[in-house]
Amino acid sequence: MKAIDMENVQTLLDQFANEPVYIHLETTNGAYAKHFDSNAHNVGAYIRNAEITYERGTIVESDGTYRVGLKTNGWIYAEGITDYEMNENDQLLMAGHDGEGRLMVALEISRTPFKM
Amino acid sequence: MVDFAKHEQVVIIYPHPDDESFGTSGTILNFRDAGVPVKYLCGTLGEMGRNMGTPFFANRETLPEIRKQELIDACNVLDMDLVMLGYRDKTLEFESKYEVAEDLKQRIEAADATLVITFYPPYAVHPDHNAMGAAAFEAVRQMDQDKRPEVWATAISNDREANLGEPDIVLDTESVFDRKLAAIKSHKSQAEGMLRKMQESSNFTGEYESALQRLRYETFYKVDVDQVDS
Repeated sequence: MKAIDMENVQTLLDQFANEPVYIHLETTNGAYAKHFDSNAHNVGAYIRNAEITYERGTIVESDGTYRVGLKTNGWIYAEGITDYEMNENDQLLMAGHDGEGRLMVALEISRTPFKM
Repeated sequence: MVDFAKHEQVVIIYPHPDDESFGTSGTILNFRDAGVPVKYLCGTLGEMGRNMGTPFFANRETLPEIRKQELIDACNVLDMDLVMLGYRDKTLEFESKYEVAEDLKQRIEAADATLVITFYPPYAVHPDHNAMGAAAFEAVRQMDQDKRPEVWATAISNDREANLGEPDIVLDTESVFDRKLAAIKSHKSQAEGMLRKMQESSNFTGEYESALQRLRYETFYKVDVDQVDS
């Protein structure tokens, strides 16, 4: 993946609009957060291969990281995005990583189901 | 202390590529050196791992294949058979414990296992660890008494000794530690962070020495599956 290029990501988001797509959305602080810090607790949310259609996708810059929102008949958004890639399967992968390369949030869009 | 050669077949049951190398590879190597076959039933491919590297070597979609290859490499270092069970990382606790247990039972019986090594629920921190261990305990519980293998379980939670007491088996892995470290390093995506932290720590005395200090001893509890709740 490479650092977000806002203009390019916006173009890619536009290309997936108004057609059925599959979404992968996750965020996590890891399975060991509480193990290493008893004051913390593990949090995460995960959805893979939800089929949705969005009418508008928007990327917004915020203090060096990015938020991406998809307007459906409801809403989908991810915060803390830092990197992106259009992979060989024409899937738009977006993710937020910390300084040690650990994934903290991901939002991915694909016309075909993500591999299980 | 442990008579490795008295066993005929060991079956390791853990959910993630690298669980075997960090916690149990010294034990596995001792069994293999004693001529005992070891089979690893690995639950998932660690698809939800978070380490993508600096610089990136993986993303969410490429990580499973990378970790699969790392697992194969580690099993080659450890000279053990590998079976990938095909469950999905972080979802094992949502599967039917009894279906997973039935699958494990058939594999344990087909292998004629005399020893099963798994995690000790609920003292294994990660939800997949606890779920895999619980299914493995259940699998053995479903077996005829006279066919049951011995069960050793790995506990890693901070409260393990308060609840379980001292482990029954404490194995010093120093004599095989060069190969244990090689197995761990096969899991590049998982070992990179630990190795970097080691190098940055104030008491770093070299990779081998620092790793030995942290990972020298492997501990297990002997479990009678009829005497535990999980």
